[in-house]
Formats: sequence, C-alpha cells, structure tokens
Amino acid sequence: MTPLLHTLPLWAELLAALLLLVGTAFALVGSYGLAKLGDFYKRLHGPSKATTLGVGCVLAASALVFAVLGNPGFHELLVLLFLFITAPVSAHLLVKAALKADPAARPQPPPR
Amino acid sequence: MILPLLLPWLMGAFALALLLNAWRLFKGPALPDRILALDTLYINALALLVLLGLWRGSKVYFEVAMLIGLLGFVGTVALSKFLLRRDIVE
Repeated sequence: MTPLLHTLPLWAELLAALLLLVGTAFALVGSYGLAKLGDFYKRLHGPSKATTLGVGCVLAASALVFAVLGNPGFHELLVLLFLFITAPVSAHLLVKAALKADPAARPQPPPR
Repeated sequence: MILPLLLPWLMGAFALALLLNAWRLFKGPALPDRILALDTLYINALALLVLLGLWRGSKVYFEVAMLIGLLGFVGTVALSKFLLRRDIVE
C-alpha cells in the first residue's frame, strides 16, 4: 500500500469511492447474471451491459484519482474507449455464432 | 482515508466475480457460453488490474490492462468467427 493515496483531497476520494462502489456493484451483478440466468440469450444481457458499465466506472475513478494526484494519463481513457467500442461488436458476433451453432434454440418473437 | 480501506474489499468483490465467470466457463453447456464467460473473465481481470494499480499507486498496470483488452477482444472475435465459419482467416 502506498502513502500516495493518503495525499488525496477529500472530495476526490469521496467521488472516486462512489464511482468504484457503483462500478464494482455493476460488475458483480453482471457476473452473477452470467452464472445464474437460464439460457444463452438471457445470459448475454448480464456481461454485455453491466460488466462494461462497471469496468467503465472503475476506469473513470482511476483516471480521476491519477489526474487529481497530478499524474494524468490517457491510458485509462483509451482502455475505456476501446472497451465501449468492442463490447457490442463481440456481443453481436457471439449471438451470430450461437444462432449458427443451434438454430433451433432461437427464441420465439413475442405474440402480437 | 477511504480508498485504502475500500480497495481490498472491492478487489475481493472482483475476485468473486471472476469465480462466478470461471464457474460458467467450466459448466457452460454450449461453446458460445464458454466464449461469453471468457469474454467477461478478461474484462473483469482487466478491472482487477486497474484496482491493483490504484492500490499500489502505479501506472504500469494500465499498460497491461490495455494489452489484455486488445488481445481479449481479438481472442473473442477469433473464437466466434471459428464457430461461425469453421475458419478464422478467410
């Protein structure tokens, strides 16, 4: 543990703690949904939304802390941007792969 | 004073999330489930690394996080393409 974190002003610490708590809660709920839900198309909801948002909050908190400590960098924002671009692409590809693997499991459209 | 107390608990929560993902990775009935579990697992591992970097006060971990993000996406796309076409590079 570093003494660096003790030099953080209170408002930054509170904001970062809030972002970290929200992000971790989202990631944990997303992973729980992945483990719990019933079939593949339901399971896809958890990680593809909650986890991306959770990791986004964690990365934003980290960027905030390092910017307030006077050591800003683009890495967190680059990772954040990259995750937000790639998550829908990989989810789309996964759905296409699942539909190809088992076309009979395609969910029925809702009744009119 | 809050962050040094909070960060170990958050890392524990992410470790729990990784365990849930690993359970789905080993159990997953079909291949797409396993690929989805791997995808979630690398994203959560990336967040765990970011938390570790925050705890240690070091920015070295962000380079690793970026590498994990890039290579994990390539891996997910390659596995999905293989399921789709039985071929990766066409």
